[in-house]
Amino acid sequence: MPKVTYIEADGTEHVVDAPEGISAMEAALTNDVPGIDGDCGGQAACATCHVFVDPDWIERTGHADSEVELPMIELSEGVQDNSRLACQIKLTAALDGLILRMPEAQF
Amino acid sequence: MATQALDTSDPYAIPLDKIDVSDPGMYQRDEHWGLFKRLREEDPVHYCADSAYGPYWSITKYHDILEADSNFKAFSSDHGAIALDSERITGATEDATSIASFISMDPPKHDVQRKIVTPAVAPSNIARLEGLMRERTKRILDSVPIGEDFDWVSTVSIELTLMMLANLIDYPLEERAQLKNWSDIISGTPGDGVVESWEQRDRELKIMAGAFLEMREKRRAEEPKSDLISMLAHSPFAQDMSMVDYVANVTTLIVGGNDTTRNSMSGGVLAFHENPGEWAKFKANPDLVDSLVPETIRYQTPVLFMGRLATQDVEMRGKIIRKGDKIAMWYISGNRDEEAIENADSFIIDRERPRQHLSFGFGIHRCLGNRLAEMQLRVLWEEVAKKDWNHIEVLAPPTRSYSNNLRGIDAMPVRIHA
Repeated sequence: MPKVTYIEADGTEHVVDAPEGISAMEAALTNDVPGIDGDCGGQAACATCHVFVDPDWIERTGHADSEVELPMIELSEGVQDNSRLACQIKLTAALDGLILRMPEAQF
Repeated sequence: MATQALDTSDPYAIPLDKIDVSDPGMYQRDEHWGLFKRLREEDPVHYCADSAYGPYWSITKYHDILEADSNFKAFSSDHGAIALDSERITGATEDATSIASFISMDPPKHDVQRKIVTPAVAPSNIARLEGLMRERTKRILDSVPIGEDFDWVSTVSIELTLMMLANLIDYPLEERAQLKNWSDIISGTPGDGVVESWEQRDRELKIMAGAFLEMREKRRAEEPKSDLISMLAHSPFAQDMSMVDYVANVTTLIVGGNDTTRNSMSGGVLAFHENPGEWAKFKANPDLVDSLVPETIRYQTPVLFMGRLATQDVEMRGKIIRKGDKIAMWYISGNRDEEAIENADSFIIDRERPRQHLSFGFGIHRCLGNRLAEMQLRVLWEEVAKKDWNHIEVLAPPTRSYSNNLRGIDAMPVRIHA
């Protein structure tokens, strides 16, 4: 089970053991991690699961380069190079230990 | 452009190919539910060959709408596509004032324009408006009569949303009736009592545009402030914004930030009246406001649909939507799709995933003011909860808007029971 650490904008940490195969958005929602909404249910169509991937992990998660994710994420507030939509990060054993930071607010 | 009213008394008696859901009167009479239910069951991607607006496709199921809404490459918002009547966006006369803002554009121009306006309604900016919103809400709720009949729409919903709009664009509060008038004209339809004809609407919009441009000139002469007009007047990114784009952006904010939330405020009162069990739940646990707000927005569905034009042939559920065809993504139908939302026809304020609804749209055109809308609704219901009223009774069916664009409540008599 990959372990994921979600860090809120105020520094509060939430560590979640997630089953392999689900997304980082679903893992947050099912474990009541605040700061991730996932309004569209995981289609990269609302950008309410915007996260900043820890620089040490961005090579392993990859950048938002899909046809669908990039146009959405570019319209988010405070977008950075390591911005991703958590719904597009599929959790695998290789991502055990992943660290994701949340923006001040989803928008 | 009067539409022949369809007899909707038995939605299953109408030949499928004659089903046309574009009549504004149908929404005024609140008679669309059965037709959409039937379309979802029998013909979820439905072609209407002949309507007052020409041929169009109706997309009626939740996931189909999400898919189409997200696909901005196959479905364009340009050329007045978002409305059934493209005159609404482009105007009807030769030198009409176009209200085609970023909502009516495709990338890349859409992205540039949207990003300029975004800071005005981003969470960081609207947080500073919450205190003011709460103070005004308290004042209005303190002043409404108890045990007497009054109109909730004009007394509460319109007052609160106009106040917020006036603040957002720093417009004199005492002249807010003018904002209401413009808002009604922008979203109006010939025959609704405000708009007489598209030509008359064009003339009114031209006067409005002049007033907006005057405001920008005034702001340019002043120090930068946090209101939207000042932002657009001073932002280095907005310096090159044309007069047309500027006016269109302000216009979009007025409709988007006003009519829709107004109707969700009224719709919430009606939903509670019809569902006393939900009111009891809320009274017992005001913390449910976090799920009440999105549930109200789903249940009301203030924007009935958004339109698009296909830029290529697209297959959906075995039907071929041809390049150039118009589609209408009916949020009002998708939000009641039982395959996506359990007990979709019921108002349930403690749903497990209440935020998963279509009312804000999805994809790059997703409602920019969604956080502002949610904040206004949250403050209203938090303050109502503090009043410790027994209940708000709706005394007669609401007067609904003649519109196939917005799902509006124009008047609703209520009595508050202490």
